Amino acid sequence: MLIQPDPTFYPSAREAMRAPREGLAYVALLDTGGEGRPDGLATIDLDPESPGYGTVAGVHDMPVPGDELHHFGWNVCSAALCPYAPHPHVERRYLVVPGLRSSRVYIFDVKDDPARPKLVKTIEPETIFERTGYSRPHTVHCGTDAIYVSALGDVNGDAPGGVFMLDHDTFEPLGQWEADRGPQRLHYDFWWHLGHDTMISSEWGTPNMIEAGPDLGLLVGRKYGHKLHAWDLRKRTHLQEIDLGDQHQMALELRPSHDPTKTYGFVNTVISVEDLSANIFTWYLEDGAWKAKKTITIPAEPADPALLPEPLKQFGAVPPLVSDISLTLDDRILLVSAWGTGELLAFDVSDPLNPRQTGSVRVGGIAGRDAHPGTPGTARNGGPQMVEVSRDGRRAYFTNSLYRSWDDVFYPDGIAGWMAKADIGEDGSLALDPGFLVDFAADGRRPHQVRLQGGDSSSDSFCYP
Amino acid sequence: MDLTQVLVLAGFGAFHGLNPAMGWLFAVALGLQERSRRAVLAALPPIVLGHAGSVLVTLALVAAVRTSAPPKPVSYAVAALVCGFGVWKLLRRRHPRWVGMRVTGPQLAGWSFLMATAHGAGLMLLPVTLTGHDRAALALSGQTLAFAGVHTLAMLTVTATLAVVVYEKLGVSVLRRAWFNLDLAWAVALIGAGAFAALT
Repeated sequence: MLIQPDPTFYPSAREAMRAPREGLAYVALLDTGGEGRPDGLATIDLDPESPGYGTVAGVHDMPVPGDELHHFGWNVCSAALCPYAPHPHVERRYLVVPGLRSSRVYIFDVKDDPARPKLVKTIEPETIFERTGYSRPHTVHCGTDAIYVSALGDVNGDAPGGVFMLDHDTFEPLGQWEADRGPQRLHYDFWWHLGHDTMISSEWGTPNMIEAGPDLGLLVGRKYGHKLHAWDLRKRTHLQEIDLGDQHQMALELRPSHDPTKTYGFVNTVISVEDLSANIFTWYLEDGAWKAKKTITIPAEPADPALLPEPLKQFGAVPPLVSDISLTLDDRILLVSAWGTGELLAFDVSDPLNPRQTGSVRVGGIAGRDAHPGTPGTARNGGPQMVEVSRDGRRAYFTNSLYRSWDDVFYPDGIAGWMAKADIGEDGSLALDPGFLVDFAADGRRPHQVRLQGGDSSSDSFCYP
Repeated sequence: MDLTQVLVLAGFGAFHGLNPAMGWLFAVALGLQERSRRAVLAALPPIVLGHAGSVLVTLALVAAVRTSAPPKPVSYAVAALVCGFGVWKLLRRRHPRWVGMRVTGPQLAGWSFLMATAHGAGLMLLPVTLTGHDRAALALSGQTLAFAGVHTLAMLTVTATLAVVVYEKLGVSVLRRAWFNLDLAWAVALIGAGAFAALT
């Protein structure tokens, strides 16, 4: 119990931008060897004054193999300052780490030694199944009243997927969040506009549609998700669905404006079956209805078929496969990961319906295999994937692995894991830091989600502008 | 009602008004969301009414018991209730969770009623109201209204002042430093008030 609020809580995103620089990153490591080695939670030293800057400070192995750790989050965050359910004297000290493959959820305590998280609780898959009816937990967000976790499917790996809650004191699963899901079946990400009591959710596919790898039949048949859903956050009821168009397959990461008075946000669609492009849509509230408009198109890049994996040879082109996006806390710069083409792009989204590209850097890529400036001459594979931006909006950290069975299709030679950093200029330009490249090749596991100590641009939500 | 009672009731009113969880912060948040001071001010009446309602219900229930029960057992029962609630607040630190940012006036009043009740705002005042030997219903009713009125006036003054000063001058960044954890003080105040009822 604290006397003053946890110092990492900020009433507004504006103020969170003045937070001290991050000293550590937590990174999920995925084992792909399949020889009984567990996944890990790595800590990376981000303190430029430290001799260990840009190196792995430690790795905590999970107790059992086979979890496939995904988008972990904090027990509490700045949303604890919200006026209607205030509890500001709790500590941001636990990481809630979901295993997408195993449906297991781990709780790590990072308070005593932030570089060495301590496992304090494990929620077994059976408990999740029984209490929530869901499986495959994926994304964790700290809410005003509980920890919210998205789950991709039901206990059989079919639809519907949805959201369940964990008590933020005991970490016990509290059951399904939805009181009325309306037509919603597929699920992926969720986040909210706290100022408008609205949740937005997105669609990937059910576990049975994704676990064996991308299914070309489903893709060509436009069966993967392509809709957004708006929900009443208080009543837990479905309000509206927004169809982005079924050619835009897989609507993934949701980045609502951090300012609670604004009513827009951004979502990426991974691939268009018409032209292999990836797209960003802006959703917005107009005359009481939620709408979406395509605002960024990232086209496929022609490439020599000899350089391409089997499913892409016929096209002679590399799809950008945008798989993650991140929005700076001032709602100004949107970072976009094009995992297929190996490019990290930046857009000025001050005018959310008219984004303007401001930066680009390249590492890896299916055909490009671009080197990192820290190790020129060494071809890199994988591409910018999970991207996380520091609270001050000046540094983007990104890793190169997506999801095991999908990694293997697009990078069949096996992804060698790395984590890189790009500095973001005042004008939104990007520059790779040649002095920051964490190479996970020695460990052998692949990095995925990144969380920054104390909070980052996709960890906290705010009730004050 | 003597001067001590007025001071204690007003003091508790100020203490409750000071607590961000009792409403002024909600008023500020609604003002910021609408970018209007009018929204801050419009939120205050429902918040204060909800709080006053909770206090009045608590005091009135005990006053009703007093019309037909002997004073000593009532005092001891109140002492046990208030102390017990204080101890419970010490041990169980959960926060009420209801509504969101888009609230109507009645919802805001309901929220405030719930927050005051869950924190035992009325219970804290009970012991100081157990004086006097007049057990006539009419006299007790008048007294109860006066007690709740004094308390509410003090709560309103502090809440309104804080809401306007934070909205206009300080900004919500003040929360990071100045939002002291009042849970312990609150529990101690309850236990102290309960002990007072037992000893007098």
